[in-house]
This record gives sequence, structure tokens and C-alpha cells, in this order.
Amino acid sequence: MRYAVVRLLQAVPVFVATTFLIYTMVWSLPGDPILALAGDKPLPENVLQALREHYHLNDPLIVQYGLYMAGVFLRGDLGETFTGQPVSELLQDRWGVTAQLALTAWVFELVVGIGLGVLAGLRRGRLADTAVLAGTTFVIAVPVFVVGYTAQIVLGLNLGLFPTAGTDQGWPLSYLLPGMVLGSFGLAYVARLTRTSVVENLRADYVRTAAAKGMRRTRIIGRHTLRNSLIPVVTYLGVDFGNLMAGAVVTEGIFNLPGIGQQVFQSIQLQEGPVVVGVTTLLVMIFILANLLVDLLYGVLDPRIRRG
Amino acid sequence: MTVLNKARGAAVMLAAALALGACGGSSGSSSGDQAGQGGQGGPKQFSVALNEPDHLMPGNTSSSYSITVLQALFDTLVVLDPSGQPQMRAAESVTSQDQQTWTIKIKPGQKFHNGEPVTAESFADAWNATAYGPNAWTNNYYFTNIEGYADLNPEAEGAKPATDKMSGLKVVDPNTLEVHLTEPFSQFPITLAYTGFAPMPKAAFTDLKAYDQAPIGNGPFALDGAWAHNRQIKVKKFAGYAGARAAKADAVLFKIYASRDTAYTDLRAGNVDLLQTIPPASASEAKKLLGDRFVPTASGTMDYLGFPVFDKRFQKPELRRAISMAIDRQAIVDAVYSGAFKPMSSLVAPLVPGYRETACGEACVYDPAKAKALYDQAGGFTGTLNLYFSNADPSYEQWMQAVANQLKENLGIADIQFRKIPAADYLSTLREKKEDGPYRNNWVMDYPSPQNYLQSMWGEGNRMGWENKEFNDLIAKANAAASMEASVPLYQQAEDIALREMPMIPLWNWQDQAGYSGKIGDVKIDAYSPNLDAITVK
Repeated sequence: MRYAVVRLLQAVPVFVATTFLIYTMVWSLPGDPILALAGDKPLPENVLQALREHYHLNDPLIVQYGLYMAGVFLRGDLGETFTGQPVSELLQDRWGVTAQLALTAWVFELVVGIGLGVLAGLRRGRLADTAVLAGTTFVIAVPVFVVGYTAQIVLGLNLGLFPTAGTDQGWPLSYLLPGMVLGSFGLAYVARLTRTSVVENLRADYVRTAAAKGMRRTRIIGRHTLRNSLIPVVTYLGVDFGNLMAGAVVTEGIFNLPGIGQQVFQSIQLQEGPVVVGVTTLLVMIFILANLLVDLLYGVLDPRIRRG
Repeated sequence: MTVLNKARGAAVMLAAALALGACGGSSGSSSGDQAGQGGQGGPKQFSVALNEPDHLMPGNTSSSYSITVLQALFDTLVVLDPSGQPQMRAAESVTSQDQQTWTIKIKPGQKFHNGEPVTAESFADAWNATAYGPNAWTNNYYFTNIEGYADLNPEAEGAKPATDKMSGLKVVDPNTLEVHLTEPFSQFPITLAYTGFAPMPKAAFTDLKAYDQAPIGNGPFALDGAWAHNRQIKVKKFAGYAGARAAKADAVLFKIYASRDTAYTDLRAGNVDLLQTIPPASASEAKKLLGDRFVPTASGTMDYLGFPVFDKRFQKPELRRAISMAIDRQAIVDAVYSGAFKPMSSLVAPLVPGYRETACGEACVYDPAKAKALYDQAGGFTGTLNLYFSNADPSYEQWMQAVANQLKENLGIADIQFRKIPAADYLSTLREKKEDGPYRNNWVMDYPSPQNYLQSMWGEGNRMGWENKEFNDLIAKANAAASMEASVPLYQQAEDIALREMPMIPLWNWQDQAGYSGKIGDVKIDAYSPNLDAITVK
């Protein structure tokens, strides 16, 4: 318990540092966001001034950051986009989409990835193992957007198995295909990691001892081998949940899911400091929480860590 | 990068205006003939693919996506027919004796969606709010030529305007609005077709922020429910509509996409009925798949190659003409834009009244031998030739490379460098005249008048640093001409000067491709509007 609290407290300086860093980075992007907003047509000088003042763009960086943070903590105000939409409202709208997408991808990764990995590990050198190896190599080698567009056109458009785009059909139907595309890369990793780990553990002394004692094979694998094999996999899956949230940019674009990834991409282009900072801060928090959960899970899987 | 739509280079475009993507009607109208209403029950609704609009306040948006929605929600005073001629819509007449004082008669009996009558005041209020500097609305700029604009936009930093009403707007009676301009402007009626000049009801001013999210208009469709950001905007037929273009369908659903490619896939899958921007790369496939339902539409958007005339090395018109003649526009358009764009020999787009196909003459015809002779005669070019463009779209770099190769080959300019500037920085680079070589210049038409092109890009204070008194005088004379017809020859004379001096080379005219599903008919997309009111659901 104390461990959990300490880990949570550690998140505070991380939070301040990342937000400041991100704010600085957005701020130092070249170009004037307000002028870029105006495009080819002239905006009268006084209109430019009014807009700059509204977004505090004339103040020094540290003042801008201070004002932003004061807004966040004193008024719970995450700022607003250049189109005047409050960031908090925007996150509310979009957060659910990304979370559902990431979760779908994550569950897919977890179930199918571990399943394939265990299968390959137990049948090392046989056809199933080779097939998994070949399949995962292929998935890792092909860029996500190729997988995405191909899946969309073949499975969505031509075969009509899944909706092509959008969230009209709700969860889970609208999220299945994008979730699988998003999770495919991680799945390949999970499968390979599980396989290696299972193979290694099958050779371990304790397995031989258990077998020598006459324990049934299913019990050896289920109770001992798997549990020990899953430690590296759990680490990966924990960190990867954060990756999935952040990595949704491409998938959300292809499948037109109005989530966080899409928003960050657009906001970086428009140099909308508050949005980028708001969203990335939340992503950082998720990363921290996911890591915390992973550490706690270790204890469950391996008592040595809990007591140590 | 590849998957997110660049929306012609920027998510928020202060441009587009009337140039939504579309054509001079002729090619668009034949496709909707089969129409016919199926007699089933239930509301007749169709969907339109859209990118997320930036605002829905008419005075605060010039994004083509917003305008698509606003054209369904609002009736402007004037509209442009497929040939670019102004036709009355909310107005009965727009007249002037001296091209400086305009009298606008408004059709009586029109209502806003909330029941309020549409009066002269509805327009005056909306225009004053847009022109009011502290509001900082995008379309502020369009009101600069109305008397009293300066009072609402004081030059001094931080100064608060003493008034929020332009002295040049006079509400004579509920149906008459008098507008005084700072100088004669024969093109004024055309500009009124822009949605930035739409009326606003009194109810809007109690909460402008709310109005931006849920505008109350006077058009054939009314907003139905809240604007679900990044998802959809729903509009339904307005029962109290008294105008001439009552909606044929019961409702329109604008489905919001972040990627044009995805929208196109959804069109193929039958999930969306109308897409105005089929990605250029998919054009030939779409043509095959959709047949008659593929509608190529000319646009007013042009690409140019501008010269920094303020730089000594580019001061000779002969050199600039030589460069123009050394560029094979057709080859570039074929290679980079699959032949969809049209090489231009004119400074204005084909859909603009007064367009002449060969206005430029031989100076825009690809002729390497003549180009080289002219180049040598002008004394050639020494030093590094820097070519400027932004990174907003990969095709810019592609065609700039082609231009560089042609200049190397045809003129023998050996040292050519590329200056790829971040999109957010590009326009300020040009504005501050930091460029020292030819640059990509793009123009999205606001309204179909030669004035919109010539005065904006070649007029006083232009980017090139090009000055020509004769040109400026001709533009002023054309603006003051007795009628739009009378103004055209004067604009053409001005165009001839700009072409002779060639401070900026015309390259090509863009084209958009629209497509629609078999579920809808009577689709009449033209250069100025998708005419959603006319569309029928089968």
C-alpha cells in the first residue's frame, strides 16, 4: 500500500516536468499560429492583436505556462482551442473513443497474443510454431497504415464483415476492426515474447522437478510455467496500453474515429498549445498508472518481488 | 501524415469561400436527371461527407466545410448562378447609381428559424458585429470598404473602438438597407453572395458563443440538435421557409471525417451519399465506379510562381517571361496531378467572367528555344536560384522539382536549391519578404470577379514588391465602372499589363471531384454551392 502511495506521489514532479516540456516544445514551433490561422487572406492588425491577447501569445513563455497552470488548478480550466471549444469538453467527447479503441486492441493483443505464444512455445519447432513466427514477422514488417487500409477495404468494403469507418454502430462492432489493426503490432510482440518465455521456462529445473514428482503436465504448464512466463509479457502489456492510446493517431485517421489521436495531430499542426498539453498530460498520467499497475501485478505473479 | 486530410493545406482555411469545389454547372447538371422520389415512408434523409468546420458563425468562418453547412442554413442576399452571375435570393434588388452608395431591398415575409422576421436590421447587425475589431472574427476583412469600418478597428494598439456600428450602414425601413462604400466598387453585389454577409437574428446577440454552436438562419434547412463535434451535424427541413428554394429532402446529415480517403471508402461502401472532395489519387477509379455519379468540378483555385521583384536579380521582365516559357505546365500537371488540373495561360480562373483562354499569349506557351533566347537576351541569371514552397502537401515539392529540372535543362541555370518552409511559417516568410527566389503562390477565389484576383495579388502592397501605376489606375477605374459588364474590359487591360510584366507566372487551375451514391438524385453541384436543397432522396 505504501508502495502504491509513493509511486503516485512520484507522478507529481513527472506531471509538472512533462507539461512544461511539452508547452515549451509547442511554443517553440516555428511560425505564428495566428498568422497561419489567417491563411492567404489578410487579417487586420487589430484583429491579430485581439486574437493574440486572447490566447496570451504576446506574453513570455513562463507567463503563458503559469497562466495555463493557474487555470488548470484554480478553475479546472484546461484552456480552449483556436476555434473556441473548451479543451475539457473536447477531451470528454474524445476520450471515450480512444479508450474503447485502445482497450479493444489491448484485449485482442492479450488474448490472441498470449494464446498464440503459448501454442507456439509448447509446439516448438512444429508447424504451429513456424506459422506463428512467419505471421508475426509479417505483421511487424508491414506499416500500420498499410494494414489499416487493406483491412478496411478487404474486410470492411469488399466482404462487408465490419463497418468501414466511424462510430455509428457503437462498441464493440465499430471498434473491432480498428482495434485489431491497432493491436496487431503489439500482438506480434506479445506472441513472440510469450513463446520465448514459455520455451525457456519449460527447460527450467523446477519443471523437471515437478515432472519427476509425477505432477500432471497440464498442471505444470498451467500453474507453474505459464505464471512464470507471463512476467515479461505483463510488463510489455502494461507499457503497451499507454502506447496504444498514443499510437491511435494513424488508426483513428483511417477509420474516422473521433478520438484523442486525431485531435493531437490536428492540434500540433495548428500549434494549439493548450490542447496538446492537456492531452499529452493525460497520456502521461495513463503511462504512469499503467506502470504502477504493472509493478503491483508483478507481486501477484512473483511473490519474491512483493516481499523483497 | 498520409491519412489525415490536409484540407487543402490547412485545417482552418481563411479562404475557400465560394470556391467549394465545383464547376460551371454544365457538367454537373446532366447527372441528376434520373431522380424520382421513391414513395416509401419515413423521413427522406441523405448524408454529406464533411471535415470538421471551424465555426458556424457566418461572420467568423471562411472554411469551405463551414460554408457547405451555412449555405443550407442561410439565404444570403444574392447568390451566384452556375455561370457566376449574381441572382437575387433574400434581396429583391441591389442597386446603385454611382457604384458607391448601394440600396438593398429585402424580400418581405422571410423568417428566421426561430420565427423572427428577416429585416434590414438583421443584416446590419450581423455586418457590424463581424466588422467590430474586438470580436476578432475571420471575415472582418470583407467589410473594409464600408464607410465607418475604420472606427470599429482603430489602428492604435489596445485602443477600444468608440462605436460598434459602421456609419456606412443605414437601415432606411425594415426592408431597405443603404450601404455607403469608401470608394466606388462595381463588384459589390457579387460579394454579397458570400456567407460572411449572411443575416443574424436578434436572438443571436444574447449569447454569441451559443450561436456559434447552434446558428439560427433563414435558409431552407434548420439545425436539428446540437453540433456533435467531429461526428455529425444534423439539419432538417425548415417548415416556415418562405423563399424560392424549399428543401426537397426532409433532413441532411453532415458526417464529419478527418480523412478524405476514409470518406471516399465510405462513399463506396454506401455509408455516405455525397462527397465533394474525392482524393485526386482516386479520381480515375471513382470515375469508373461511379460513372455518371462522378462529377468533376472546376474551381477558382490557382497556383502561381511568384518572383521577388524587390530582389535586383529578378527585375527584368524578360527574365521572368523566359522562366515562364521554360516551364512545361502540361507535363507537370500530368505527372503530379494525374492531368486533373488545367494549365493556365491567364491570371484568373476559367470560371471568372472576363476569363480569356490565351490572355498570356506565347509567354505561357512551353518553348525551350525561345525561352533560352529570351533568357540570354536578358543577361541570364547568376548565383543560386532558391525555390520556395511550404511542406503542407508533398505535391508542392514534386512540381517544384520538375520546375527546377526544366529550368536547368532549358535555361542552363546550374545552381538551384529548394527552400521547403514549414507550413505555419510559409506565409509570414512571404509577408516579410524574406524570400530571395521564385515561390509557390496559391489563391483560393473569394468571389468570381477578376478584381478578386488582380487587386488582391497584383494590387498595391503586393507580395512581389511589383509596382505599376497604370495597373493600379485601371483597377480603380474598373472598380468604379458603371456596371459589372463595363468593368470587365478594364480588368482585362490591367491583366494584360500584369502578364506583360510577369511578376508572377500563372501555372494551373485546380479541379475538384465530387461523387454521390445511387440513393440521391437531382444533384446539381456548381462552383458556388452544392445546392443541397435541390437534392432528392430515392
